[in-house]
Amino acid sequence: MKDIIGILKENLGDRIKEIKIHNNRRIYLTIEKKDIKDCTKIIFKDLNARYIIASGIENFDSFEVLYHFGFDKEGTVVSIRTYLDKEKPEIESLTDIIPGISYIEREMWELLGINFTGHPQLEHFLLRDDWEKGNYPLRKETYEQ
Amino acid sequence: MNNKQQNTKKVVVPIGPYHPLLEEPEFFALYCEGEKVVDVEWQAGYNHRGIEKLSESKHWDQVTFLVERICGICSTSHPFAYCNAIEDLLGITVPERARYIRSIIGELERLHSHLLWVGLAGHFLGYNTVFMWAWKYREPVLDIFEIITGNRNHYAMFKIGGVRRDIENEDIPKIRKVLGELKGKIEMLTGAVLDDPVLAARLKGVGVLTKEHIKNFGAVGPVARASGVDIDVRKDDPYAAYPLVEWKVITTENGDVFDKAVVRLLECFESMKIISQCLDAIEGKKGEIQAEVREVPSGEGIGRHEAPRGECFHYIRSDGTNRPTRHKIRAPSYVNIPTFKASCIGQTIADVAIILAGVDPCYCCTERVAVYDVEKKKKLHNFKYLVEKSKEKTEKIRKEI
Repeated sequence: MKDIIGILKENLGDRIKEIKIHNNRRIYLTIEKKDIKDCTKIIFKDLNARYIIASGIENFDSFEVLYHFGFDKEGTVVSIRTYLDKEKPEIESLTDIIPGISYIEREMWELLGINFTGHPQLEHFLLRDDWEKGNYPLRKETYEQ
Repeated sequence: MNNKQQNTKKVVVPIGPYHPLLEEPEFFALYCEGEKVVDVEWQAGYNHRGIEKLSESKHWDQVTFLVERICGICSTSHPFAYCNAIEDLLGITVPERARYIRSIIGELERLHSHLLWVGLAGHFLGYNTVFMWAWKYREPVLDIFEIITGNRNHYAMFKIGGVRRDIENEDIPKIRKVLGELKGKIEMLTGAVLDDPVLAARLKGVGVLTKEHIKNFGAVGPVARASGVDIDVRKDDPYAAYPLVEWKVITTENGDVFDKAVVRLLECFESMKIISQCLDAIEGKKGEIQAEVREVPSGEGIGRHEAPRGECFHYIRSDGTNRPTRHKIRAPSYVNIPTFKASCIGQTIADVAIILAGVDPCYCCTERVAVYDVEKKKKLHNFKYLVEKSKEKTEKIRKEI
């Protein structure tokens, strides 16, 4: 487990803003939005981690995206956390690094309203094509409606 | 220019949203040039029930029941991963007896799920009798579930910190008996699949996925293992009783439809091995089956379980109240389905149907015929003899080929 943290620190350097070690199989890294593309590229391509999924989360004052990666030989899940602006949540798409991430980015776009710049096909995936603009079903405010 | 516009000049063959090949509504658009498929589009959401959102309005114990209803076939996979996630958040250990019971339920489920798949695959290939037989073999497994949990599906066995019910000592011999009988039958099915030249000709080299495809799409479970990627959460990130028993991860190298079927069939034997060791461990003993959990503090947790179709992933976030603030669920098919994009392109339309349906090799008709002498009311040839005959015939055809 120490190895993984060592490797991550060595490769990502001071781009890691915070490391949270929940236990020896769950590590959470906080990385700034501008560094996400570089860091995921290093983790996915150079360190050969497996892409698991990404989770979009709405907080009171921000949006949060967690990219989960699996280091299978060590049995560890490394989750990369980044915070986005509450008013205009936007982040670069990772589709050119991880082709499989396309669907979850589309899902976060339509359900939470997070914009993924540079996504080749940001269209409705789960919702119908004529879904009302600006209505994001997974946002907290949807409770009140 | 998006994909839809690029593809306007090609012939579109729609599969779905309602199609006999698909168990649930989903839409695949195949863009074709002549017989050849050049692109595939996937549209989902026809069955979207908003469970992640619903979960935010239920308390921790209710969510276990809610996520059990995500899938009707592998209904225990999601509670398993969900409980793992909460226990990860809490940092608690589940009592040993509960760990064994959890593994028994998980593996029995893998058995019946793989058998269901074999049956459906047979049906899709036009081997309808295999459908009948595989599902007949599956019935006793569901009966075991009824004996030990009270229900054939949706067992409600999981709770945070343990299991809801114990497995009674008097039920254990019944489980062993069914497993003993099932083993012979799956051995026969596996032998048939490996020996059948028709199936080999039909399925080998079809829908091949390379290791690189698996990595790019993040595919998991038997799909990944058939391509030689030895990932299995039960081994990599051990939980429940999996580190306490002896078993191995099945992998094959070719990544075609044939290999996916082989992996699934061979996994059935590993499941039986695990169940039988778990039964040994709990037989004649008593023990705690639940750890006490009073509240879930704020924090986050990740739980994984190797479902029959691959890694099931749950991320849970708590703010200290009695319900989750975010519950992310990733079922294995979410990453497995997009691999069609790699495996279908360049194939003919007929083969795409097979790949999409996840076709599995099956058995010819002879093995389920018994020859009777009507006048003497006597069985001339038993089942085993006919199976031998069938194998001989396959061998003969193979030599001719």
